[in-house]
Amino acid sequence: MADNMNTTETTVLTVKDLKVNFTTPDGEVNAVKGVNFDVRKGETLAIVGESGSGKSQTMMAIMGLLAKNGRVSGSARYGSAEMIGASPKALNDVRGSKITMIFQEPMTSLDPLYTVGKQISEPLIHHRGMGKAQARARVLELLKLVGIPEPERRIDSYPHELSGGQRQRVMIAMALANEPDLLIADEPTTALDVTIQAQILDLLADLQKRFGMAIVLITHDLGVVKHVADRVVVMRRGEVVEQGTRDDIFERPTADYTKMLLAAEPSGSKAPPADNAPVILEGRNVVVDFQIGTGMFFKSHRTFRAVDGINITLRQGQTIGVVGESGSGKSTLGRALLRLLDSDGRYSFASNDISHLDRKGMRPYRRQMQLVFQDPYGSLSPRQTVGEIITEGLYVHEPNLTKAERDARAVEALKEVGLDPGARNRYPHEFSGGQRQRIAIARSMILKPKVVILDEPTSALDRSVQRQVIELLRDLQQKHDLSYVFISHDLSVIKAISDHVVVMKNGKIVEQGPTDDIFDRPAQDYTKTLIAAAFTH
Amino acid sequence: MINFVLRRLASAVPTVFLVITISFFLMRFAPGGPFDLERPLPPETMENIMKTYQLDQPLWKQYIHYLANAVQGDFGPSFIYKDNTVAQLIAQALPYSVQIGATALSIALIGGVILGTTAALRQNGIIDIALMSVSTVGITVPTFVMGPVLTLIFALMLGWLPAGGWGDGSIRQLALPITVLALPQIAIIARLTRGSMIEALHTDHIRTAKAYGLPSRVVVITHALRGAMLPVVSYLAPAAAALLTGSAVVESIFTIPGIGRFFVLGALNRDYPLVMATVVIVAVFVIVFNLLVDIAYGLLDPRVRHD
Repeated sequence: MADNMNTTETTVLTVKDLKVNFTTPDGEVNAVKGVNFDVRKGETLAIVGESGSGKSQTMMAIMGLLAKNGRVSGSARYGSAEMIGASPKALNDVRGSKITMIFQEPMTSLDPLYTVGKQISEPLIHHRGMGKAQARARVLELLKLVGIPEPERRIDSYPHELSGGQRQRVMIAMALANEPDLLIADEPTTALDVTIQAQILDLLADLQKRFGMAIVLITHDLGVVKHVADRVVVMRRGEVVEQGTRDDIFERPTADYTKMLLAAEPSGSKAPPADNAPVILEGRNVVVDFQIGTGMFFKSHRTFRAVDGINITLRQGQTIGVVGESGSGKSTLGRALLRLLDSDGRYSFASNDISHLDRKGMRPYRRQMQLVFQDPYGSLSPRQTVGEIITEGLYVHEPNLTKAERDARAVEALKEVGLDPGARNRYPHEFSGGQRQRIAIARSMILKPKVVILDEPTSALDRSVQRQVIELLRDLQQKHDLSYVFISHDLSVIKAISDHVVVMKNGKIVEQGPTDDIFDRPAQDYTKTLIAAAFTH
Repeated sequence: MINFVLRRLASAVPTVFLVITISFFLMRFAPGGPFDLERPLPPETMENIMKTYQLDQPLWKQYIHYLANAVQGDFGPSFIYKDNTVAQLIAQALPYSVQIGATALSIALIGGVILGTTAALRQNGIIDIALMSVSTVGITVPTFVMGPVLTLIFALMLGWLPAGGWGDGSIRQLALPITVLALPQIAIIARLTRGSMIEALHTDHIRTAKAYGLPSRVVVITHALRGAMLPVVSYLAPAAAALLTGSAVVESIFTIPGIGRFFVLGALNRDYPLVMATVVIVAVFVIVFNLLVDIAYGLLDPRVRHD
């Protein structure tokens, strides 16, 4: 490593005019168009941008991890070592030793076929030449360091035996193994629940203090950035829009895009419906059991109670926000309320008892109770045109419509969700994530429902797109006096859209009440933890 | 684990029973019988024969009789090889078939995995395209074409290898039949390995391994190949069955005294006991192989361990 330059004293990584191109069947894509920044010793540099901004590809290119169709040019120097164009051997001297990475997907980033102990020990064995016993001792030390309970037992666990948060801790242990100068964290908390997110961010900050490594944090989440970054690089469409200290970016942003991003955080609030608004949907003592495992000859009798005796009352014009972490039963509750799965309890819709209706009996109610899913990619059939997708429900519920009438309804529905009616002759893959979610909403709205259950409808979207979808949902609610059950793990979205909040954990309601009460004066510890984790930034 | 094996073996019993039942009745409903000759036998001779082999009884009685004997390991006398019981015939022939089948399978597995991995690492390169084109030929050309062509070239024209027969059972003697048996399997396994290897090389945990500077040998063999082997291992059970049944053709071409011939001869001559026994053996073979594959799968993949 060169020590003749002053910059190496303070800088770990210097990136100059870095460009990344991908050759695709549709032509050349310039993913990164000449970015410049440096990473100083011991600092946390956040690279912020929405999907497609090139923030991940920039770091992937530096680490020599681009897909085969990618090419990189420019310069990225670690000390005196040029990373761009370096031989695999030269790269391997740095990767996993001086510069390490953790990724967004703690579920898939570890090899499912090996114990976590073996995987953490690999960089130790390869970079430091440790023997197996020595490496194992160090791995135990690392597992303790990252707060894995019972490290002596966990060291021999396989990744699938650990929770998401634990897997991310294992990745962090692996990243720290060789005491790197720089740790690149690519959306390290995006796939985790909020309380776990906060724990992981705290752990990283704590470890940084102890070991003094620099962190490059790649994220779309401005809340996280505000919480942990020293300096910020804002990227958009492969270019650096703006960079500066955290305070510069958050308090004196100069670029319009940065301002737009900051403004895109969910805001606003929802007024509760009038006191005399009628009850539209009600569930009493809702219980859902799932069978675990299947026997070869006999049905398994082991069950898992996903929803455990919940009472919920939705009034006309109301939005109930259901929050909870993964596994809390919130999605299952939504499906139970729509009578889409076997459940116990009493259900009524607009004062009609629908507890015991079969499929056919439910049909008249179906059109009035609609469901919008999280995944705008998976929930639209790729082989149908948008027009076919959104009019499908009409064949069932209004079979007497003529073709022209159906088409007119499709035009109306698309206009209503802010899409060009010409969209009905195109296919879902031609649309962006936000547009697809609009299509999914149009599919529900065309039936003129009374109740819409929205299951994480904005979770797969960028913040700026999320904001637009939330505004659309608000407009539609006002116009048609709709009632929503809005299921989400994202408390800032829940706060902005609902007037009543239900907090769920392990299938039970922890606490519920008007939105302001829950957020300003939470009564239960669990609610307090959730809110603290989401809003400390 | 022991529980798992016992459970699986128990569930194999109804399967074998079904196989026996279906083949028993299918055989009987096929036109013709074991003693139909071009010149019909005198009625009284025929009656005697039928009585001897209990073929004069109602079908359901024959079926129950067969089942009862089969459970005790008695598969009856052969109608064609009159001096032998079916069990004797099979005991003589099976070792030959198993020997060439097992050799062919081992060659196919090792060769296929090496070729498939090589192709995957050079995805869309010249070597990849060449290997995959050749493998298409390997899959599409049937053994009854491949056998004679290879015999023509290597035995008749070049004179390097014997054209057939078991002889001393040496590698040289059996090279041609084993090759003909193994070729299509090499091709299939190579394609399977290539596909799953390409997939494995694009997984997140391979990206992790690279990001941690592990040598490419470790990345490819330790991390990618083990996962990529899972579909290949699953294929081994049907492959073993294909080798056993495929040997019917190959054994006939190369005059190997294995059980494959009994399939052909037994079926053509309506030698009911012989055909039934070969069918049962193949069924048991497939079941056992499936079990072995599942056990191997559990050893490779901790997520599906059987406890």
